[in-house]
Amino acid sequence: MKLLGFIIVCLTGTLLLYGTGEFPDWGDPNSPASIHLSNYYIEKAVEQTQVPNLVTAVLADYRGFDTMFETAVIFCAGLACFLLLRDFREKKERFYRHVPTGVILHVKSGKKVLKTGKEFEHMDKDWVPSDLIIKTVCRILIPFIQIYAMYVVAHGDFSPGGGFQGGVIFGSSLILLAISYDLKTLLKRVKEKVLGIYAALGVLIYVGIAAICMPMGGNFLDYAALAPLVWDPHHVRALGMLGVEIGVGIAVTAVMAIIYINIVSEGRHDEGL
Amino acid sequence: MHWPIDLIVLTFVIFCAIAAISVKDLLGTAILFGAYSFMMCLLWAVMGAVDVAFTEASVGAGVSTVFFVAAVFSTSRRTKD
Repeated sequence: MKLLGFIIVCLTGTLLLYGTGEFPDWGDPNSPASIHLSNYYIEKAVEQTQVPNLVTAVLADYRGFDTMFETAVIFCAGLACFLLLRDFREKKERFYRHVPTGVILHVKSGKKVLKTGKEFEHMDKDWVPSDLIIKTVCRILIPFIQIYAMYVVAHGDFSPGGGFQGGVIFGSSLILLAISYDLKTLLKRVKEKVLGIYAALGVLIYVGIAAICMPMGGNFLDYAALAPLVWDPHHVRALGMLGVEIGVGIAVTAVMAIIYINIVSEGRHDEGL
Repeated sequence: MHWPIDLIVLTFVIFCAIAAISVKDLLGTAILFGAYSFMMCLLWAVMGAVDVAFTEASVGAGVSTVFFVAAVFSTSRRTKD
């Protein structure tokens, strides 16, 4: 069986390599893509959309439909992770640590719940003593990571970046909080319900901006129709793109956090890395 | 002298890919995948596709490595085959 698999892999690899031989050279000006499409985008994009970053112009405007459904795919990934992994059963056993003495209590009955606070704190089965250096460094870093993420989203029209990248960076700042402290600290700050609502809200912002264009007299996703609504009608397409990028960023942030929390705690949302 | 930096990085990519499927330790595989993604990110940057490089760096090398480590955390660390 292993030999058969190896032969199949080798055959497929050879076929793929054979196929890539037919590709046009990298940067070939005579390749089909460079003859019609690229010229049009390079010549017209800045003039039509007022966005200097052509990649953003193509992704969020010329191919806005594509990006809209990509956002929906990200949302579906978060939803699937939630539906497959989320486990609502209450855990029976709990561990508590008496903070002043360091004594660990093992509560076996599900009904007995100790109040956590100054005296008792929750404990996981893989609890390790908190490290002051890691906590402090991460606490200082996280706000800067989040500001950078917002910069990436807001500056997506002018420099590399955009909603997806910014959202992922913002989501990883939340994950960093969960890793450096523990999962409960993150869940105390960002409730599961809030994450779910934000994931849906991001997609809704995108579709909403696209749909508003229709009663304003344009096509779906035709940002030019929004000109009467914005303060700067000359840059209406750039502003429309910024709006949808913010929607994408919100959705991706929430979905990243949902996926991480569900994977690491096996759906229990109580303990994890 | 013009350094063939893309060829050097491409060699690293192939090394990382082969190492990632042959290593028995799943945590090591996750880290090797992260290294692989980072090398791919460098390749995209060399080719001038900065947006793709940015996505590869944040999604491939950043978040997906964390997801892999989280998944390894809830299963056994050594693979059976």
